[in-house]
Amino acid sequence: MVTIRYAKNNFELEQNQSVLDCLTRRGVPVPFSCRSGVCQTCLMRATGGTPPELSQQGLKDSLKLQNYFLACVCHPAEDLEVALPDDDDVQAVIHATVKSLQLLNADIMQVVLECHAPISYRAGQFINLFQNQTLGRSYSLASVPHEDDHLHLHVRRLLPQGRVSGWIHEQLRPGETVEIRGPGGDCFYTPGNAEQGLVLIGTGSGLAPLYGIIRDALSQGHTGPIHLFHGSRDLNGLYLTGELRDLVRHYANFNYVPCLSGEDAPHGFAAGRVHDVAFQQIPNLKNWRLFLCGHPEMVRVAKRQAFLAGASMKNIYADAFNVSQSS
Amino acid sequence: MSQQASLYEQLGGEAAVNAAVDIFYRKVLSDDRISAFFDGVDMDTQAAKQKAFLTMAFGGPHNYTGLDMRQGHAHLVERGLNDSHVDAVIEDLGATLRELGVKEELIAQVAAIAESTRNDVLGR
Repeated sequence: MVTIRYAKNNFELEQNQSVLDCLTRRGVPVPFSCRSGVCQTCLMRATGGTPPELSQQGLKDSLKLQNYFLACVCHPAEDLEVALPDDDDVQAVIHATVKSLQLLNADIMQVVLECHAPISYRAGQFINLFQNQTLGRSYSLASVPHEDDHLHLHVRRLLPQGRVSGWIHEQLRPGETVEIRGPGGDCFYTPGNAEQGLVLIGTGSGLAPLYGIIRDALSQGHTGPIHLFHGSRDLNGLYLTGELRDLVRHYANFNYVPCLSGEDAPHGFAAGRVHDVAFQQIPNLKNWRLFLCGHPEMVRVAKRQAFLAGASMKNIYADAFNVSQSS
Repeated sequence: MSQQASLYEQLGGEAAVNAAVDIFYRKVLSDDRISAFFDGVDMDTQAAKQKAFLTMAFGGPHNYTGLDMRQGHAHLVERGLNDSHVDAVIEDLGATLRELGVKEELIAQVAAIAESTRNDVLGR
């Protein structure tokens, strides 16, 4: 008999029953619609055990790798521990020591964290960093497992009243211990299709996940062209320009285009909004893979434009940095 | 093709749906008559829903009921969704299939299935 474990309750799976039916009949409020493995409304995640391949058909590669599955077509032969995508409590708190704090430009602080317990993550995912038990914010990971010893975050100071970012910029000190939870998010590089072209578009500290994703792709031997477009209003908003130009020198397939939207662009910089520049330079996105990170409006517009320019939805990875309303 | 082959099989099954979904969604988003209904909608969620709709219209496996259709579109009916918008969707669906080289007689069958949801979609 196969057991499905959800929120510390065990449910026995009946013959020919789907995980969706098993849970909803016991009153677990799993949303669903088509019941045919298509609409993805009943998306769940296996936090223990491996979901059957059939229950992952049609999902983005980055979701498959994290053991997401569709409950309505999930008929596991072995026990599964499952969670809904919005269940925050599936991950335990991890303690981490602040190793260093370094300004990357006037507004963005690099926070380097050493975890007290091993954490398995992919470059480009995010963690939640807590100021106290109830106040936390999501920050993307710019570090690459196997390349970097610690976790790297780029925290932009939100003015006038970003509570957590203000605390990080003004009060947090190296040596202090913080609590984190994670990782989460499906905006990361998946191996396979190494010759596919990648276009990465980011604004502000949206560079953090992209910087991780690019170095991850390069270290995994990605051979296709990789174009990074990083945008800011003015020169002061850009950062890591030296590191990125070093990468350009080292890798023939990597191209870096810093974009300035607010002032005349000096030599070596493109003038205009970052997604306009990107889609001007690469107008046909059929068969390209896209990564869009940063300002929610840029991400929304760029996603639509990329899709209309030929990119397949399955090849568009996005992380919109929504600013908390309670900040 | 045997007499027994279902519409879904004749169209090419799930592979045909996968080939059609991006083309269809692009047409719908670019169609000024209906694109406003998709503003502010999460594109990943919507693409999955388009796929579910195409699977149904292609005669494929689905469990949608008239009630699902009513509930799923009620908020759009409130925003003015009417017959002209359903017409536009069915037109875009036909254009998608033509682009993929599907025979007119099969397109007519797909359009008829889509047509059969009209009253439920419009909440009548």
